[in-house]
Amino acid sequence: MTTQTIRRTPLYDTMLKAGGRMVDFHGWELPVQFAGILQEHRAVRNDCGLFDVSHMGQVFVTGKDAHAFVQKVNANDIKAEPGRGAYSHVLNERGGLVDDVIPFCLSAERFLIVVNSATTDKDFAWFQKQAAGMDVKLENASDRFGMIALQGPKAPQLMAEFWPDAVKLPRFWIMETKIHGEQGFICRTGYTGEDGCEIIASPAAIVKVWNELFEKGGKYGLVPCGLGSRDTLRLEAGYLLYGSDVDDDHNSYEANYGWVVKPKKGEFIGKEAAVRAKAEGIKRKLTGVMLTQGGVPRPGCAILRNGEKIGELCSATFSPLIGKGIGVGYMVPPDLKEGDALEVEIHGKRIAAKVAKVPFYQNKV
Amino acid sequence: MFNPEKCKYSRTHEWACAENGVAAVGISDYAQHEISDIVFVELPKVGAKIEQGKRCAVIESVKAASDFFAPVSGEVVESNDALVAEPALANQSPHEKGWFCKIKISNPAELDALMDYAAYQKFCKETKH
Repeated sequence: MTTQTIRRTPLYDTMLKAGGRMVDFHGWELPVQFAGILQEHRAVRNDCGLFDVSHMGQVFVTGKDAHAFVQKVNANDIKAEPGRGAYSHVLNERGGLVDDVIPFCLSAERFLIVVNSATTDKDFAWFQKQAAGMDVKLENASDRFGMIALQGPKAPQLMAEFWPDAVKLPRFWIMETKIHGEQGFICRTGYTGEDGCEIIASPAAIVKVWNELFEKGGKYGLVPCGLGSRDTLRLEAGYLLYGSDVDDDHNSYEANYGWVVKPKKGEFIGKEAAVRAKAEGIKRKLTGVMLTQGGVPRPGCAILRNGEKIGELCSATFSPLIGKGIGVGYMVPPDLKEGDALEVEIHGKRIAAKVAKVPFYQNKV
Repeated sequence: MFNPEKCKYSRTHEWACAENGVAAVGISDYAQHEISDIVFVELPKVGAKIEQGKRCAVIESVKAASDFFAPVSGEVVESNDALVAEPALANQSPHEKGWFCKIKISNPAELDALMDYAAYQKFCKETKH
């Protein structure tokens, strides 16, 4: 291992001033919380919240083969329709996940792929390898941009004060626009299960946008949010966390995200392995767990059924909305039924739980 | 109310308020702020014998689990059921509604090893920086 210096986003000073409690998150100094995770979580479910997600990566794909390239590295069918984006999995040859990403079509020959922070360098190296022989230029633009996520049922109202056209876009679409005179993007995406958008802009512009949103956000109940509520919100909404829930050795079907894989679209890396995995049937499946008695489950806790260990929790927390412990873990067998009795081992004690439907929470978005 | 200024404190941020041989115990305001968003507590049962410095309760916040170390040794004579039902009381009211349990003190000399309010305030300041 090489020693890595901790990185700060363009919003670091802004986060400190807003009362952010900073932690080291995969080499990034980011706020885990401001006023408190529960309060921030509820704000996003009921009003709206703003997150610094500048650690996320941006990769531009340009050239005559841009669409062919994006299709080659994605399991989902990415349309060459300007403005359209989609949630997707980048697969390795074994069908495992290199990353989960959101590719957007900007024009016929230009795409933007938003990638996870901890995997940005790995993804870029993977993309470069796959681009060999294709008429395509790749740019890892992650250092050129900051990114923030405005999320919550009232987010569209606040968005409308700045980018009324973006409000009209369907979920997962993108709008390219000048933000404080520089290249920027408004994406109708998020990681909370609520309506809203993610804003990508230059480091200087993203700080201005953050402050402007707060100048107008008071009447919509806007609060700054940290990584803590980001995690509780995404887990309730059933979203995967790369590195915890999925990785190079787990496939989309096992993760219960088989819908992402579109074998009919044509060739793509990992297709053969994915098709085979589906045909053979999966042996383990990422399954939801909800505690039926008190306690807070954590990643790594053993899951038991009839006294036997059948898996471990990959992600787990206290659900602020449900008021109970929730989590997901790979379980064998993969065909457990909702409501099946389980136990989760917490601090050496077996706590009653059951198989739960994922997502744990779904709004009308 | 267990007056913070009359409580004794451990280096692990528990307070003890002794009266007539029984100490009410809980976590300090500093601790509740650091732990933040307490969503579950597990308290020792009435009758349990606990030992100073040993874990006797578990505190779970949204983000992490913390141990509660007994500030004094003795037998648990009362446990705060209201706190179990509403763990946020430990955040909202650490020195009143959020007390953990009451302990019949077995070794009163142990209290002398704890910090008084002024010493604890100083200790917190030093811990923070």
